Amino acid sequence: MTNNALLRLDNVGRDFDVSRPWLNRVIEHAPRQLLHAVDGVSFEVRKGETLALVGESGCGKSTLARLIVGLHAPSRGRIEFDGVEISDPAARTQSDQLRRRMQMIFQDPYASLNPRWRVRDIVAEPIRVLGLLENREQVGERVAELLAQVGLTPDDGEKYPHAFSGGQRQRISIARALSGSPEFLVCDEPTSALDVSVQAQILNLMSDLQAQLGLTYLFISHNLAVVSHVADQIGVMYLGRLVELADAKDLFANPRHPYTRMLLDAVPDLEMSGRRRTPVAGEVPNPLSPPSGCAFHPRCPHANDRCKSEKPPLIQRGNTASACHAVEENRI
Amino acid sequence: MTGSPVLEVRNLRIEFPTRRGPLVAVDGASFTIAPGEILGVVGESGAGKSLTGTAIIGLLEPPGRVAGGEILLEGERIDKLAHDAMRRIRGRRIGAIFQDPLTSLNPLYTVGAQLVETIRTHLDVDAAGARARALSLLREVGIPAPEARIDQYPHQFSGGMRQRVVIALALCAEPRLIIADEPTTALDVSIQAQIIQLLKRLARERGTAVMLITHDMGVIAETADRVAVMYAGRIAEIGPVREVVRAARHPYTVGLMGAIPKIGAGAGKHRARLVQIEGAMPRLNAIPSGCAFHPRCGSCFDRCTRERPEPRPIGSNLAACWLYDEQRTAKT
Amino acid sequence: MNLRALWGHDLAYSFRASPVTIAAAALTLVCIGAALFAPWLAPYNPFDAAALDLNAAFAPPAWAPQGTAGHLLGTDDQGRDLLSTIMYGARISLVVGLSAVLLSMLLGVTLGLVSGYFGGRIDALIMRIADVQLSFPPILIALLVDGVVRVALPSSSHDEIAIPVLILSIGVAGWVQYARTVRGSTLVEKGKEYVQAARVIGRHPLAIMLHHVLPNVTGPVLVIGTINIATAIITEATLSFLGVGVPPTRPSLGTLIRIGNEFLLSGEWWITVFPGIALVTLVLSVNLLGDWLRDALNPKLR
Repeated sequence: MTNNALLRLDNVGRDFDVSRPWLNRVIEHAPRQLLHAVDGVSFEVRKGETLALVGESGCGKSTLARLIVGLHAPSRGRIEFDGVEISDPAARTQSDQLRRRMQMIFQDPYASLNPRWRVRDIVAEPIRVLGLLENREQVGERVAELLAQVGLTPDDGEKYPHAFSGGQRQRISIARALSGSPEFLVCDEPTSALDVSVQAQILNLMSDLQAQLGLTYLFISHNLAVVSHVADQIGVMYLGRLVELADAKDLFANPRHPYTRMLLDAVPDLEMSGRRRTPVAGEVPNPLSPPSGCAFHPRCPHANDRCKSEKPPLIQRGNTASACHAVEENRI
Repeated sequence: MTGSPVLEVRNLRIEFPTRRGPLVAVDGASFTIAPGEILGVVGESGAGKSLTGTAIIGLLEPPGRVAGGEILLEGERIDKLAHDAMRRIRGRRIGAIFQDPLTSLNPLYTVGAQLVETIRTHLDVDAAGARARALSLLREVGIPAPEARIDQYPHQFSGGMRQRVVIALALCAEPRLIIADEPTTALDVSIQAQIIQLLKRLARERGTAVMLITHDMGVIAETADRVAVMYAGRIAEIGPVREVVRAARHPYTVGLMGAIPKIGAGAGKHRARLVQIEGAMPRLNAIPSGCAFHPRCGSCFDRCTRERPEPRPIGSNLAACWLYDEQRTAKT
Repeated sequence: MNLRALWGHDLAYSFRASPVTIAAAALTLVCIGAALFAPWLAPYNPFDAAALDLNAAFAPPAWAPQGTAGHLLGTDDQGRDLLSTIMYGARISLVVGLSAVLLSMLLGVTLGLVSGYFGGRIDALIMRIADVQLSFPPILIALLVDGVVRVALPSSSHDEIAIPVLILSIGVAGWVQYARTVRGSTLVEKGKEYVQAARVIGRHPLAIMLHHVLPNVTGPVLVIGTINIATAIITEATLSFLGVGVPPTRPSLGTLIRIGNEFLLSGEWWITVFPGIALVTLVLSVNLLGDWLRDALNPKLR
């Protein structure tokens, strides 16, 4: 473990019980069904850096974000923040310290702000709940300062969320997340619901804030192009498992895992270089009944028998860690 | 791509009457689509691209209405047709693909039943003939084992497969024009690539004209032959896709292309910032005078605030911008 | 485009645009005004037993033969002036109707919130109770509560507590629809990200329910409540008609209708008809107002 790791995950897993109701199960003799949303994920996020988690639907990246922030409890494994274990949400609710240091930004700008609250109350909520400032004047000043920091005006505090566009609402979300002066921000697809030009504004803003305030980001996204602009380290997830983990430049220069290569190939070619694309095969399988062995094997051009029966562990090789038998066996 | 255009739109104007006067959502849009050509219509939220597609297919919901201009399908005007006449055209000569495959298909009927119903509504075939056509269509859109799947219900298909079924449904009456409104937005990126390829192949093989509406420039770059960029209800630029993507003329298009994150040389945070267009698209009740983009434009000068530019030829594109006015270039 | 100011204005606009709604609102105001200011407006005080003159009983309305100008709508079997009794009776109807609805709302919203937010066993319990209650007609529930209270309390206090008991029984009979609606809305809001944000900030679940969820689920409650005022008034009238509502010394509209019913066929038709018209007018105009409010607040029609 590196000593400047702010967040550390060790074999974290989360299962959801999606069984039918008890009565149905008894009558139909149906088994319990468990959804392994996150399965054996381990990584570290270094202070001041951005780790991006990339993957398509059902890969578990959003669930993982919620595990880290305490909205769910992990079924297995350990989560450490600055050396302190935080896996137990019950213990965590008592920890004001932790809630002050770690905050979250959500995907949907239209659902992440309470439509009945004024903006100044939304932004001030963490300050009030954590008891960080004494009187109303100080709170008001801090709110004005935060709004200015994200590119809004103090007058905007008097308005309601519906008066703002998607991009502006995301700025309000960011202001709220920053109001307790956190060190670590979990960002769950913060720009996926925004137009391209607005996305650029928000990504630039987040980048500036990181430099100014020394923030550490966990950035969740399905868009590799966006991630290539923000990330220091990238983790690729597929059906709940981490299949590749590498520094950004290494991942793009030399992707190892076949799924990573497939994702890169699927990114539309805006340079119009006329590059040939390998045809992409199949679809993400149903997470409730994942394939045996390596979950990617039905779509993988390099799958062999071992891939069908054995789950590959994440193995470090040079600058990249990947979970692939073919990589380990030097077949690709 | 020979012969007269399948679709010709001239000066289309779409209005929403309100108590305070009409709101103009699309203001004088003009373009054509030739047989077998894919025209991409790209723009951010509120630009009016979806409304244009909806108006063409005759599904504009009141109080919205076509307040001016002409829509010609294979030379005949269709914007002023009665409901019944439009209904006969819809499906038979114009097909539609919408964004969400889940809601585009009726969950209570099998896929086969829906295909057969549409086929028999528009073509004069018996039940057996219709079923045979449905099977061949399913095969053509890449659904494996169509004989087994034709009698399944939509919920038994995955997202990507469902969208293929929707495409089959749009094609089954052999339409001359297909309007596709964000057909890949709800799909995973690896499936997006598959659907894009499918659309391209079908358009080419059948000579169907396609109007591809999306906010995703990457999809356009991969799929379209020509692209129209819409801003605040007007067409800012229109031209061959290569020209618009690599050598955009209109300042908005330039800004848009710069704002799109790309996986280029070098990855990670220390790359150049994304280009930011300050401000946001104006609301319909506050469209600036003259050129709608002028408040956000770095190259704005006096004329832009007073007179509205029409698309004028510059190179192989048409751009609605005073920068390219001959008189001005003659002066400088 | 969704500016709240514009919408608020739209609400006023849609009100002005509908003559039926304006008429309904006007009528409701007249009824409420008459009921509210009854002590000052009514020509007589019908509840003052000492002032009753049995000789004046069964007087027909003023325009009929043998009618006197002093009793515009005639008198009932006790000699009470019908117009005054209708005004005072409407007062009781409105008080009971509004209070019962408020009680139902309070009970229903609280249980619905708790049920929706916490889910699990609490939700199952509350919803099963609701289901059981729904299998009984509301009148029966009201009768049940009423009967239980009468048995439990000494008969001497029955008259004084009749109105609160009435409010309690109608209120308890009506909470279920509020609870269900609020539960549904709570389930939707619970999944939204602003609630998750509040949890990440570390707010207590009760605080989240009260400060975050509650303001967002009360919309439909208002509409249901407005329409239910009419139902509550009818329920009270029915109970009074059945004889288990307000005591006969302080008749409400329902009591009057019951009393008059006995004399309908013997010629003294006005004792039933006028209170009946008053009741129908009140209920219809409140209903129409409620209809307008529901359509005006419907986000899909905005």
